Amino acid sequence: MRYLKNVVTLELNTDKCLGCGRCWEVCPHGVFEPDDMKARIKDRDKCMECGACAKNCPLNAISVKSGVGCATAIIKGMLTGKEPSCGCSDSDCC
Amino acid sequence: MSECGCGGDPKEIRNIPTELRFGDRIGALKVRLGIGRDSYKIPPGLYSVGTPNGTSPVFVSANYKLTFDSLRKELGGLDCYILILDTKGINVWCAAGKGTFGTEELVNRIAKTGLSEVVSHRDLILPQLGAPGMCAHEVKRRSGFNVIYGPVRASDIKKFLAAGMEATPEMRTVKFTARDRTVLTPMEFIPGMKLSMLVFGMLFLANFIAKEPFGTHDLYIYLGAVIVGTVITPILLPIIPVSAFSLKGWILGVCWTAYAVWAYGWLPDDLLTAFGYLLVLPSLSAFFAMNFTGASTYTSFSGVIREMRMAVPIIFVTIAVGAVLLFIGRVI
Repeated sequence: MRYLKNVVTLELNTDKCLGCGRCWEVCPHGVFEPDDMKARIKDRDKCMECGACAKNCPLNAISVKSGVGCATAIIKGMLTGKEPSCGCSDSDCC
Repeated sequence: MSECGCGGDPKEIRNIPTELRFGDRIGALKVRLGIGRDSYKIPPGLYSVGTPNGTSPVFVSANYKLTFDSLRKELGGLDCYILILDTKGINVWCAAGKGTFGTEELVNRIAKTGLSEVVSHRDLILPQLGAPGMCAHEVKRRSGFNVIYGPVRASDIKKFLAAGMEATPEMRTVKFTARDRTVLTPMEFIPGMKLSMLVFGMLFLANFIAKEPFGTHDLYIYLGAVIVGTVITPILLPIIPVSAFSLKGWILGVCWTAYAVWAYGWLPDDLLTAFGYLLVLPSLSAFFAMNFTGASTYTSFSGVIREMRMAVPIIFVTIAVGAVLLFIGRVI
């Protein structure tokens, strides 16, 4: 299954990368692959911008604008002027 | 306080069974149907399965009961610990996106439960889908524990352990099977129907002055469009040959509406109604289908924004124009 093409904000700075492998470990869509002791973006259009790779990169070599990929949340965000977030409740228990 | 487990001893380790009971399954069904799904929590803390010792593996998960159940039922026969984080009763993926399944909570929960005295090793197995909230190297620096990302699906845990805590690319990849999509459709349809009450209310009022009152055929064609957008499009998602969700819903919506206006005789007898519906209903299906981006496992934030910039104005205008045609044809 594929979504829209050429829209994803994922960027990898190969100069910073030391090939630790965290990004291809955490990516749920196999976007990265190892290439000559570094990471390489194999299939950018498969990225869903979850942000796992950027967050877990110890060298800050990856950037991606992550957010809730959910139309309802985005519409709610537009109407209320807040950052889009899931519909699930945020109620605190203690 | 006590019902959310905040009052008890944070270092208490509760032993839990790996078989789900009838009540657990009923609870899961209710959650899928949207009944009480926001208050389905378990207390955060350390749990044990079987009779673990200091060398047993530690799994980390969220305090949403559906998540907890789908993890523990895969741990039958194992001796291990489960460290449950306080994710406010939200599943791992959504909580990671919000940051509640995150570095801060994990580091604090390790300290509160005294985990470093319970086990002698320093490895934690996290669900891979928790990675968007976690900073593995920060967890290591602040708590001394290594983060090992396990498989996406709890059902692969035993294979993962047997392979020496190595996940295959297949275990690391998120899927979105017909079954996965189907179980999500009630939570698309039910909110869709709640929104539709507004429409029914307006049609009810319109019927007081309408020259051609809205009847059962109008109800069926409308309900059909809601079902197309909230149920049929999600189920048929990969076989509709376009990528934008709204367009997928619109295409199926056109098919349904064109068939129904012909079957109910509006085409060719009442062209205002026929074209009114042909404008309104496919756009309605498109709107509901677009909402499924929130449940899908492969749409990106930037992609959804781009789709909405195109789709929302078109949906808005077609529904408005179609509603005017219906009003002219049926009411005044």
